[in-house]
Amino acid sequence: MNIRMIVYMLGWLLNTVATLMLVPFAVSIYYHEDSGKYFLACALALFVVGFLLTAQKPQKKSFFAKEGYVVTALSWLLMSVCGCVPFYLSGEIPSFTNALFECISGFTTTGASILSSVEDMSRCMNFWRCFIQLIGGMGVLVFMLALIPLTGGQDLHLLRAESPGPSVGKLAPKVQKTAYYLYAIYFALTGLEIICLYIAGMPLYDAVCTSFTTTSTGGFGVKNASLGAYSPAIQYVVGIFLFLAGLNYNFFFFLIIKRFKDAFSLQEVRLYVLIFGLAVIAITANLLNSGFVLEEGFRHAFFQVGSIITTAGFSSTDFDLWPSLSKTILVVLMFIGGCAGSTCGGIKVSRILIYLKTIKKELNQLCHPRNVKVIQVDDKSLAHTVLRSANVFFVIYILLFTISLLLVSVDGFDFETNFTAVASALGNIGPGLAKVGPTQNFDLYSGFSKYVLMFDMLAGRLEILPLLVLFNPMTWRRR
Amino acid sequence: MKIIIVGCGKVGYTLAQQLDEEGHDITVVDTNGDKIEQAISTLDVQGIEGNGTTFNVLSEAGIKLADLLIAVTARDEVNLLCCLMAKKTGNCNTIARVRNPEYMNEMNYLRDVLGLSMVINPELTCARGISNLVEVPSALDFTTFGKGRANLIKLSIPDDSLLHNMTVADFSKKVHSKTLICAIERDGEVVIPNGNSVLQNNDKIYVVLPPSELHSLLGKLGIKEKRIKNVMIIGGSRIAYYLAKRLGDAHIQVKIIERDFATCENISEMLPHTLIIHGDATDRQVLLEEGIEDVDAFISLTNMDEENLVLSMFASKVSDAKIITKVDKVAFSEVVGELPIGNIACPKNITAKSIIQYVRGLQNSIGSNIETLYRIIDDKAELIEFRVNQESKVTGVPLMKLNIKKNLLVCGIIRNGKIITPSGKDTIELGDAVLIVTTNRGMANINDILV
Repeated sequence: MNIRMIVYMLGWLLNTVATLMLVPFAVSIYYHEDSGKYFLACALALFVVGFLLTAQKPQKKSFFAKEGYVVTALSWLLMSVCGCVPFYLSGEIPSFTNALFECISGFTTTGASILSSVEDMSRCMNFWRCFIQLIGGMGVLVFMLALIPLTGGQDLHLLRAESPGPSVGKLAPKVQKTAYYLYAIYFALTGLEIICLYIAGMPLYDAVCTSFTTTSTGGFGVKNASLGAYSPAIQYVVGIFLFLAGLNYNFFFFLIIKRFKDAFSLQEVRLYVLIFGLAVIAITANLLNSGFVLEEGFRHAFFQVGSIITTAGFSSTDFDLWPSLSKTILVVLMFIGGCAGSTCGGIKVSRILIYLKTIKKELNQLCHPRNVKVIQVDDKSLAHTVLRSANVFFVIYILLFTISLLLVSVDGFDFETNFTAVASALGNIGPGLAKVGPTQNFDLYSGFSKYVLMFDMLAGRLEILPLLVLFNPMTWRRR
Repeated sequence: MKIIIVGCGKVGYTLAQQLDEEGHDITVVDTNGDKIEQAISTLDVQGIEGNGTTFNVLSEAGIKLADLLIAVTARDEVNLLCCLMAKKTGNCNTIARVRNPEYMNEMNYLRDVLGLSMVINPELTCARGISNLVEVPSALDFTTFGKGRANLIKLSIPDDSLLHNMTVADFSKKVHSKTLICAIERDGEVVIPNGNSVLQNNDKIYVVLPPSELHSLLGKLGIKEKRIKNVMIIGGSRIAYYLAKRLGDAHIQVKIIERDFATCENISEMLPHTLIIHGDATDRQVLLEEGIEDVDAFISLTNMDEENLVLSMFASKVSDAKIITKVDKVAFSEVVGELPIGNIACPKNITAKSIIQYVRGLQNSIGSNIETLYRIIDDKAELIEFRVNQESKVTGVPLMKLNIKKNLLVCGIIRNGKIITPSGKDTIELGDAVLIVTTNRGMANINDILV
């Protein structure tokens, strides 16, 4: 284990976080808000520590998959702790646990809040909440990779550890270029949404914050009623961008390099669109049956499906009051999540695709025990290791879900609340149902339960295994 | 013509032999000295030991003056590189044997970029032949001519057929006017029929007809067509790959049984919609479990002739499927022909046949020339497609007035994309493609049909 190298990279992480903190500071100056000084103070402190850690370049540059996972896991813990300090110091979130919860919920793009009224927060604090979702969506390390070549050629381990999906590929020959493309697509989407929302009549501040949390599929809002506080036109715009944010970024990349046929034949994208469409139709039908009018029913169904399947967690209406079929569909979508290679959480559509193909293969195997079948996605054969890790991922996901559910149940709330709270935390969605529904918040849970949920959020964002690496004694042993 | 053959294996040797017989100057090149020695001691050819991709060896073989280079070594890459070298050095025509499916998929591009005159893939050609047989199961042999506008089909006349004791002239009047019987095989003898020839039960006849008329002919002859819906292929060779792909495209279910696991995985990747079974086909349990009794067609394509023969015989015993057997060695064709193994597919000679066909075309590039040549009935007769490029003694004259050779029949004229079944009054015109069938050898020009 190359500890020096890890510390060096964490130093760069602190520098990055410090730089990012200057953005809300600038916002506070613009709005003449007093609480901006905490950002400046934090940023300066982090710069000092970061400068000390990065002062000397390590001699030994060896950096392998293990180091990649450790750096990723530690980075996410570290930046969550650093990021919550302004909330805590300013006293806008008085409890440290709550501040940390809010910050982890931000970085992991979960969007679960412990605040009963976000409108009471100062503008720069609210901006920071949304801004960390933007950073966490594509990943801080990927952001660092796009700017600074750290390890010299072995950065792919970092990209792999931080990016969601069963098999992470490069868009360009160089990791730095790949990271650059990812962020370019990401920022382009965000910018486009800001413009669209502004045209649709949203105030600029709201448009910026909402766009940050849409393309990152985070789900923090600046209004207590989330997107319910805005006009139908704005809800449609956000709904469409949510749908786009759930697509695999390879899709956009193919569009940009004009390989349209490849883009539209991506099997994952097709399955995503299918699931999305079916869910919207089913919920619309269900809502129309229970008294919604056509446009409203469709709008809420479209928005809510987009919000839940991409694991953003906005709400255009209190879907906790919906009929049980609609709510159940939303809970199922929480587990599915968006496409791999997007900013979504959940199990990911590409894994669902792999599971469906594996099931078909296993069924055929019963009829023809000697059948040999290689599972292919997009005409490319999947390596055995990819299949195995996809299967193991599902097992761990369910296992972690079950254990968390047990631990959270200690607080004594009803099953629906606990079930959806854990599903929502692990899938990085945000709101659940019942007592953690869209109009409620997570403050009712005890400190212990909050830490369990925080762990789930981090595990869900990093796809579990990179985080669990920290707890494997083998990781810390000498080779 | 001066021809260089690189690679003196089975195909290279056969080519050298046949082209030598037709009077060309042949130089063979091979890295293996023993093979060169064998070639120059049995054939009237020149031999050079060395690597045919090097400038040195090619110069020594006289590439500058050569008209044609044929690369038939065991490796595709060597063949392609060799042709590229030859093209750049000597500006001659080049033919490469390419067998790897990955290259075949981009063949048109490769051919343009490397300036190849012809690419031959024996496995693909063989697979095409087999898939034709599967799609028309009652045919004993099936080929297409004139870019798919004419079919040559071998049929067996069933017992108690209305054709018994019928003359060929009556056949076209009473049975099917658009079909022309162009050869009759009876007791191992080949007859090129005229109007007075008489058909008998159990004759095997070759007919030429437009593809659209096929089913109506079979209906009139009382041959029942059972559509083939599922096929079992033994052995995951390249032929099996090409065949399964073609059959899959025609919505026929294909099952391939292969012994080697790595090969199974490999073809499963290339054929995602085909059922690949890993098992030893000589184990009867495997065959029965995979439903050999219920398949519509059974095709054995392993690398062992003996295994193919036994498996096909077993299949004919337990099922009433159409059976096709790959046999590489034709040494015992008399014995093999009597076994209940259905159609025989022999990929070995296909390469040589196609190349010779091309060479003839090249040689006759002035006047008329050969487009396609197909040998039938153990090479006893040839079916040749000529393209008429120049006015000659045969053009513009009704066929009955031409003094045509014995044992030769003009069996089709393709004009403006349509096939004409010729009668005595029809004429051959400039721009036609003419199909003839003959037992005479050495036909090189349309004028050769005259005495």
